[in-house]
Amino acid sequence: MAEANVVMMREAKAPSLADEWSGGSFPYRIGHRKLGMWLFIMSDTLTFAALLIAYSYVRFSSENWPKPFPFFPSIIFSSVMTLVLLSSSLTMVFAVAAAKAGRKKKARYWILGTMFFGTAFIVLHGMEWSHLIHEGLYLNALPADWAEKFGGSSILFGSTFFGITGLHMFHVFTGVLYLGFVALRIRKMTPEDVETSGLYWHFVDLVWMFVFPLIYLMSIDFTGH
Amino acid sequence: MAEVMHPTHGEVHHHEPPTGWLRKYVFSLDHKVIGIQYFFLALFSVFVGMALSLLMRLQLANPGQKIAFLATLFPQAAKDGVVTPEMYLSLVTMHGTIMVFFVLTTAPQGGFGNYFLPIQIGAADMAFPLLNMLSFWTTFVALAFMIAALFCNATTLGPIGGWTGYAPLSALGNIAGPGQGIGVVLWVSSIGLFCIASLLGALNFITTMLNLRTKGMSLMRLPLTCWAWFTTAVLSLLSFPVLMAAGVLLLLDQLAGTSFFIPTGEYVSGKLLDTGQQGGSPILWQHLFWFFGHPEVYIAILPGMGLTSHVLSTFARKPVFGYKAMVYAIFAIGLLGFFVWGHHMFMSGMDPRTAIAFSLITLTIGVPSAIKTFNWLGTIWNSRMRFTTPMLFSLGFVSLFVSGGITGLFLGQSTIDIPLHDTYFPVGHFHLIMGVAAIFGIFTGTYFWFPKMFGRLMHEGLGKLHFFLTFIGVNAIFIPFHVMGMVGAPRRYSTHGDLQYLSSVMPLHKFVTYMAIITMAAQFIFLFNLFWSMAKGKKAADNPWEATTLEWDIPSPPPFDNFGGVEPVVHHGPYEFSVPGAPNDFVMQTDPMVVEGQEAE
Repeated sequence: MAEANVVMMREAKAPSLADEWSGGSFPYRIGHRKLGMWLFIMSDTLTFAALLIAYSYVRFSSENWPKPFPFFPSIIFSSVMTLVLLSSSLTMVFAVAAAKAGRKKKARYWILGTMFFGTAFIVLHGMEWSHLIHEGLYLNALPADWAEKFGGSSILFGSTFFGITGLHMFHVFTGVLYLGFVALRIRKMTPEDVETSGLYWHFVDLVWMFVFPLIYLMSIDFTGH
Repeated sequence: MAEVMHPTHGEVHHHEPPTGWLRKYVFSLDHKVIGIQYFFLALFSVFVGMALSLLMRLQLANPGQKIAFLATLFPQAAKDGVVTPEMYLSLVTMHGTIMVFFVLTTAPQGGFGNYFLPIQIGAADMAFPLLNMLSFWTTFVALAFMIAALFCNATTLGPIGGWTGYAPLSALGNIAGPGQGIGVVLWVSSIGLFCIASLLGALNFITTMLNLRTKGMSLMRLPLTCWAWFTTAVLSLLSFPVLMAAGVLLLLDQLAGTSFFIPTGEYVSGKLLDTGQQGGSPILWQHLFWFFGHPEVYIAILPGMGLTSHVLSTFARKPVFGYKAMVYAIFAIGLLGFFVWGHHMFMSGMDPRTAIAFSLITLTIGVPSAIKTFNWLGTIWNSRMRFTTPMLFSLGFVSLFVSGGITGLFLGQSTIDIPLHDTYFPVGHFHLIMGVAAIFGIFTGTYFWFPKMFGRLMHEGLGKLHFFLTFIGVNAIFIPFHVMGMVGAPRRYSTHGDLQYLSSVMPLHKFVTYMAIITMAAQFIFLFNLFWSMAKGKKAADNPWEATTLEWDIPSPPPFDNFGGVEPVVHHGPYEFSVPGAPNDFVMQTDPMVVEGQEAE
């Protein structure tokens, strides 16, 4: 039954699709900026993919990889960060919905809410970074006591950790600026413009959904030190 | 429903012609001006790259011989006028990098693509004029960084690691050799900037081609040049970000003391590395680099393929043989290009089973390549060709594509690649196919579109002289490279003169150098022809080649908004030549005439 429906829909749509692709119209029914944003996202996906694959590569080829994050406070803390970022995606959804309904003021409030959560994420992330740096984790060095805990550990832990989360944080930061620009000029923004900024924001969140398990959850310290 | 969501056409990209000199010629948003800017940037770069190769050739032909002007030009790098091994390596590096990025990637896509993609699809400009301008100026800054790298070290002319910048030597700084510190930093920064520029360019090209086609310009009515630029843009969009990630990691290794690409227990210049950098993998750099590097080969050659199809059809006065097959072959080459990077790494000690997989996929690329070649032959088969200069260069392209491509079948197999890899054989291979064939594509574009771009015709006699000298020259240079490779002459050596077993290649080296000098001299004929024709060439009509696509419908050079505010309507495919029953032997795409056997529009 369901299959028959799919076939019927495809047949019904086919002629109009052919028209859309024959020039003089926007075949995906979206404007330049939204299409451009999708393409940018595809490209940026490859950048993050390259970094995460590089991380996996060095992690696999290392003799030992540190697993320094205890459930409390590290994982709890980063889970809160994750929750904050997820909440920002939710507020962004409301912002786009409001913009589509033509309620620009409301959209602006929801964007400001998104910016608040984004900023909170950066602040929490900064706290976490400063804590780790205080412990002695650098781009090119591990804390002194880690050498005992995780014998033969690769110093690349710090490099990959700061490298990948740093690039992600940079994306969140530019996202907050971008949203600020959209909120500031909300009167001139079409619903599609708001949606386009939302695409970027959701993408940055989605990247974190890969970073969080790969960098944090796979480095949980189960020994309870 | 769908109608409501359509933003109206022309609204988004509409802008008035600028008035100030700066906005008109320097920071212009007009795709035509930006295209010409890219073209001249590439023209400047190609002469820099050529000068570097001349120095290499002089050294290889007469190793150790003192060349007076070298001592004057580079008192420290070329002591007493002799090119040192380090300087030679820097010449290899900078020649390769400048040619690949700033000539082969820039001219066909940034230059001709920018100028003609919007016109050929019937648009007034690109989708994002501002991004277009930013893309060019980012490329410009990238070139400035690259030129700066030439002067980073008094004893060399830039970094010495080759255009592939292989780690760990590129990651270690000055201890890995002269130019490997600040030189690599400048070099990789330049490449990073170039990545950003090509990202901006790529998403602009793709959006433009999808969204801005004029009425009636369905996908299968697009000129093949447009398909080639589109596919090239997709490859840029997906391969440059990986190089950028690799570049950032390399920069961190250089500047922040990380060790992504530096292994444990690294010996440099006979000493154990004492910076504490350890635990990384040089092979990781190779994977990331070649994941970009192989698609990059197609980024260089695909626009030339599209243009060759276009020009062969125009001057053979016949439709392109197998238009759809040509489009799908471009896609196939682009797609397969992402899965073959490992064939550059057979020497890295990879598992032979992996090597076989990479070999198989690599050889598969021979299929779409052969489809294209035979379709080109089919296009000119039994035709009454018009042997204009662009036609000659297109035929030259096909010839070079075959003679350069055939050795790809050798090198794609690990068993043959391993003994040949570090010899002149691959150097000959990639120069013929990626270097010279792509350059022939650029020449085709220049001679073909010059009348449209500058409103005057280039001198045909000089053009033909340029073609014959160049075509014979490049074959005389690069075919001997294959022979040297089979003898076992290693690449990247500043001299083969002191190796007994290579005494037989020295006469070849001398021959190649003479041929190189003649070929380079021939390029000044081109340069003269270009600038002379701009000022003094015969005035060009709107459609001097009797071609069919949209750019030949409008004045030469085109007005600011291309079509004078009128959206053209397309009624035909791009290659309607010698249509039975038509009054002329070509039917313009905009011609509303209904031709026998075609459906009424």
